[in-house]
Amino acid sequence: MRAPLALLLFAPALLLAQAAKDSCVECHSQLDGNLQRPATLIKDDVHTANGLSCADCHGGNRASDDMSDAMSPAKGFTGKPARAAIPRFCARCHSNPNIIGKFLPQQRVDQYELYQTSVHGKRLAMGDENVATCVDCHSVHDIRAVKSALSPVHPLRLPETCGRCHADTARMAKYGIPTTQLAQYRTSVHWNALEKRGDLSAPNCASCHGNHGAKPPQVASVAAVCAGCHVLFGQLYDKSFHQPIFSSVSGGGGCIVCHSNHGIQQPSTAMLAGSNSVCAQCHEADSGGGKAAAQMAQWIDGLDSALKRSESVLASADKYGMEVSESQVRLLDGRENLIKARLALHAFQPGEMRKPIDAGMAIAEETRRAGEAALREKDIRRLGLAVSVVFISITVAAIWLLIRRLEGTGG
Amino acid sequence: MPERRAADWLDDRLGLGAVRELIEHKTVPVHSATRWYYFGGITLFLFAIQVVTGVLLMFYYRPTVAEAFDSVRFIMTRVEFGWLIRSIHSWSANLLIFVAFIHMFSVLFTHAYRPPRELTWWSGIALLGLMMGFGFSGYLLPWNQISYFATKVGADVAASTPLIGAALARFLRGGDEVGGATLTRFFAFHVMVLPLLTAALMGLHLLLIQKSGMSTPPWIPPAGVRQMKFFPNFFLREAMVWYGALAVLGALAAIFPWELGEKADPFASAPRGIRPEWYFLAQFYTLKLIPSHIWIFEGELLGILAFGVLALWWTLLPVWGVNRAGEARTRLVAGLGVLMVAYLSVFTILGYLK
Amino acid sequence: MLSWLLGGGAFASFASFLYPVIRFLEPPRITEAPVNEVAAGKVQDLKPNSGKIVRFGAKPALLVRVSETEWKAFTAVCTHLNCTVQYLDSSRQIWCACHNGMYDLSGRVVSGPPPRPLEEYAVNVRGEEVVISRRA
Repeated sequence: MRAPLALLLFAPALLLAQAAKDSCVECHSQLDGNLQRPATLIKDDVHTANGLSCADCHGGNRASDDMSDAMSPAKGFTGKPARAAIPRFCARCHSNPNIIGKFLPQQRVDQYELYQTSVHGKRLAMGDENVATCVDCHSVHDIRAVKSALSPVHPLRLPETCGRCHADTARMAKYGIPTTQLAQYRTSVHWNALEKRGDLSAPNCASCHGNHGAKPPQVASVAAVCAGCHVLFGQLYDKSFHQPIFSSVSGGGGCIVCHSNHGIQQPSTAMLAGSNSVCAQCHEADSGGGKAAAQMAQWIDGLDSALKRSESVLASADKYGMEVSESQVRLLDGRENLIKARLALHAFQPGEMRKPIDAGMAIAEETRRAGEAALREKDIRRLGLAVSVVFISITVAAIWLLIRRLEGTGG
Repeated sequence: MPERRAADWLDDRLGLGAVRELIEHKTVPVHSATRWYYFGGITLFLFAIQVVTGVLLMFYYRPTVAEAFDSVRFIMTRVEFGWLIRSIHSWSANLLIFVAFIHMFSVLFTHAYRPPRELTWWSGIALLGLMMGFGFSGYLLPWNQISYFATKVGADVAASTPLIGAALARFLRGGDEVGGATLTRFFAFHVMVLPLLTAALMGLHLLLIQKSGMSTPPWIPPAGVRQMKFFPNFFLREAMVWYGALAVLGALAAIFPWELGEKADPFASAPRGIRPEWYFLAQFYTLKLIPSHIWIFEGELLGILAFGVLALWWTLLPVWGVNRAGEARTRLVAGLGVLMVAYLSVFTILGYLK
Repeated sequence: MLSWLLGGGAFASFASFLYPVIRFLEPPRITEAPVNEVAAGKVQDLKPNSGKIVRFGAKPALLVRVSETEWKAFTAVCTHLNCTVQYLDSSRQIWCACHNGMYDLSGRVVSGPPPRPLEEYAVNVRGEEVVISRRA
């Protein structure tokens, strides 16, 4: 009888003991300024959410309220690590699969290894403390998971984070690295896809440059990087004669030569022909290459406007209530051919483009005819209506006259 | 004359004498409200159009989930004049219900429901219900997005009828979901059950009208009313009106063809602003306005009960709209009639706009 | 004069109503709505290396189970003179009995008089059901 009662009395105490004591946070939240900040920030940290505390990184004894005990070197307290030592500091856990595996079995553990191969890592090892370390990108004390929208390395915020240094002209001056990349990237289709369309698979800085092992892709491998997503384009380009030529272009080769690297714009036939033509930078207008470019531009523009004409005819017929859905579906095949033609462009041989262009033009022709037939049919129906209304009116008038005759004048 | 001989031959065998008598002696009173007499005939004419175009459509329509939409598209695009038959059928359906309402209200305002015409009123109300049943069942048959979801909404509303709601909805749907079973039974209702019921009730309605003759509004002294012969005078006028209606239908079909929409996809989310056809909009909007709970009762439940009571009260017009002497309570009925027209018009418009 | 007008008007307007109705009732040139998809039976109904004829719209189609997991379907209308073809498991080819035309399992003509290959259809297995559909 007594034992259960006793347990009941002790239960609250037991429960209180379970909420692990964290004297670090308790004391530091009473301080102010820079000593208080970590204690405030730590609430949002992903480590805290996993039951870790200050002492798990900085050492010491979280259970003790006595400062000399809590921050005792004998208890492992190391304090704030030197800047050059930060990557090693984080790597104590993050390179250890046994430790990380306890929390996130799928998480990679090679970040430190990669970092050491990166420009940042190499320069840090040489003593340059101006470069990025773990905390510069991931923040410190309020480290969030990458997928959290508030994390500085979330796809939508990553460019801004890299830009903190790489868009800072003063900072980059001594390295001789340009600082226009962020501004250019913000004008690109990739950023547009990320920000406006919310497509998180669109590339940011880390997608092409790597994150921990960050370095600019080698000239020869640029095309490989782009071809990681733009597979078919890469395949065609690799087989084309531009590939060996562009590989030796200084400042970046491959796809970059025509499409640029950071400020990649939506491509159009203006790149092929016209005053801003990219091809014209190497090819004279009357050269083989120049003529090929002009031909391909003309075909693509021709197909595009043929499809647009069909679209507008069908839309007009549709507005009149004619049933043209089958043709409108067929027109989608035409659009697909236009896309295939733009792809075939990257073989840089007009002959390769003939097939999708011809197929697309045939569909545009077929659907335009169908739309025009529908519009003619609409006219025929209205004519038929007018004819039958005339007959009906004649009959109604005749009946009216008959009534008048039968009844004298009135009705 | 050959027509006379043919008529006599038929008469000897079929005994059409009574019919001929009727045609020769039937008269129509001529007064300020005579124009409203046409509306019953227009309703009948439009119903006949529905039967004819409906039978024609049955030559090509297929009532299964896999084929319904494609068969309607086939009619609209591949069958000669299929577009005309189908658009006339859809337009005439809507005009039919509209004209039926005009007919009903004109009967109310001219007090033609008063004795001895109570049965005519009751068969008429039943016919109106059947017409709306035709509308509801027919609307699903093209199996497009709008009709699929509108039927879902309608069945859900039916399900909230007190007591019998769940069973009623199950009976209508042919199951727990709107699907192939619903389509088949809606088709059966639309082409067999409702037409047979309509034929019977319409026959009764017309018979009663011939028996009791055309009603003269109470404010017109019966003695002084000029009578027009039904045949040929009124009949010719009615022919003009019917012909005119045909021209209107043709124009609507040619200039504003009825849309096909997209094939129903039960897994897609309901299109925005889904709502039933316009003749259900007033009730639909009213139900939307009712708060979800009134005291301890569910709002929708109360709404449906209220509609039921309203319908019953409306049907009993020949009982409460007439005083002990058998005379119409003209001011009361006309006043309430105006209120009802106002309610229906305003709420239908609001239902459209919201 | 009036009766001519009346009679003529009535006749003409009746004709303008009757004409569409009669044309409506005549079967259109393409007698069926083009069908895009057909359920062709259960997976277990067809053994590997065998074929069967199923209806696809208004025409027959040939469903071939090449192996346990691979299915193929074609129109079964021979491109020579429209006889219905069949699957020959001994040679793993499609054969037309009328004039000995042979197609391979890509629909291409191998031998005999057929002038064109067989149109191939897409086959999808959904659970237990095999579905043939027209290729996009």
